[in-house]
Amino acid sequence: MNSETQTNVEATGSFGGMQVRSDAVLNTENRITISNLDFFYGPALPKSLKGINLNLPNRQVTGMIGPSGCGKSTLLRVMNRMYSLYPGQRAEGQVMMDGRNLIDPSMDINELRSKVGMVFQKPTPFPMTIYENIAFGVRLHEKLSKAEMDQRVEWALSRAAIWGEVKDRLQSNAMGLSGGQQQRLCIARTIAVRPEVILFDEPTSALDPISTLKIEELIDELKRDFTIAIVTHNMQQAARCADQVAFFYLGELIEVAPAAEMFTAPKQQKTQEYITGRFG
Amino acid sequence: MPNGSPSHIVKSYEDELKRLREMIARMGGLAERQVADAADALVRRDTRLAGEVVARDKLLDDMEREVEQYCVRLLALRQPMAQDLRLIIACMKISQDLERIGDYARNGAKRAIVVSQQPMLGSLNGFERMAELVQENLKGAIDALVEDDSGKADEVWANDEPIDGIYNGIFREMLTFMMEDPRNITAATHLLFIAKNMERIGDHATNIAERVHFAVLGTPLTEDRPKADISSSAVVNPPA
Repeated sequence: MNSETQTNVEATGSFGGMQVRSDAVLNTENRITISNLDFFYGPALPKSLKGINLNLPNRQVTGMIGPSGCGKSTLLRVMNRMYSLYPGQRAEGQVMMDGRNLIDPSMDINELRSKVGMVFQKPTPFPMTIYENIAFGVRLHEKLSKAEMDQRVEWALSRAAIWGEVKDRLQSNAMGLSGGQQQRLCIARTIAVRPEVILFDEPTSALDPISTLKIEELIDELKRDFTIAIVTHNMQQAARCADQVAFFYLGELIEVAPAAEMFTAPKQQKTQEYITGRFG
Repeated sequence: MPNGSPSHIVKSYEDELKRLREMIARMGGLAERQVADAADALVRRDTRLAGEVVARDKLLDDMEREVEQYCVRLLALRQPMAQDLRLIIACMKISQDLERIGDYARNGAKRAIVVSQQPMLGSLNGFERMAELVQENLKGAIDALVEDDSGKADEVWANDEPIDGIYNGIFREMLTFMMEDPRNITAATHLLFIAKNMERIGDHATNIAERVHFAVLGTPLTEDRPKADISSSAVVNPPA
């Protein structure tokens, strides 16, 4: 080893300067701060979320895992008030972003959803042209000229890593795209309105492995500009994508930790049993 | 299941992890026997036994390869997490320690053959005692793995000092023999190497204990281990 290499090792304080991805989690401010959040699916029903306290660090990916019915999707739906479509469903507590409580009824729901976008399990393109799929949502929030709109559509499609595949057929119907392409189109549609937070609800469970990896690569790319929460049943996916991981069980947040810690040495017995496949 | 944690939903996975522990236990057992036989061969001047130790070492080499391939398969096919991941990685590294322990035992046995053809030097009690302690620690470390017992691993980890102590004694004793009579140099040098081998085996046993500690608890043992090997700076002056 020459002296230069030696100096390098000393300077970085770690072998080859390698850093564990998740170390960054703790060093960033929070985009969304959830405190004491309860959720009820109906007036006579027990709490589906019990006193959740969780932060979404700015421009980081938060993975949410847990068995079916544990509340992870419910929490995602609370964050952009999806539940307000259903009478009787109710959230209590605080979901703070930019000093405002997102679940406060006084918060305008259209404004909220332009700031907090959602991508669903099954690709949900509108039965329109590829171009219109993107432009439709943008028109609800902004008045753009034709040239500006063209630019926005290209920007969104490029950011969603699908521009190259569709640029020559923007006027074709979006339903003709493959499942993986449709999902990236939906991601493009979500980011076209320039949200701050993107919520992914099992975004790859209907996709083949290669399309899945493309979405994961995309998530990695998107976190430079957006704060991301992803609900997934695939633990390896959470391990691959997430900076911090939250484990939910029966409506409670059991443990939240940097991904590397969560999957190598979780602190809670319940988490350990779940991620190693020893449940129940 | 050790630690009272429930067993896997997938039974074949559970069986595979159990089999991995058994492989390490078998390998550990063989390594212990090699250490014991190498020491016996030395003390009893039994060249036949020493030859057996040398020949048997290949078994440990084969076992190490088998454990490694088995672990790679488990990693690829089961995508283990948390305690299972730590166990598999630990077993992979422990098999390396055990293979190395085998090499030291074989080398000791080879030297025992040479020593047996030289005049006796002292009582060799220290070698017997050292081999006993090393075996005890090795057994403790492997038991700790099989039983998922970090407490037992910690005990082994902290228990290497007496071995270093005996090694220091042997080191000084051998230097003295060499100074007394140059004809002792051949045997004394081989005995020094044998003692050093034993001491190294003890270090590998503490390595195993560290790996078990990490596998069970998920936290590394980072404190400085108590050590008493001062031979690297020892000076023995010739009698006036």
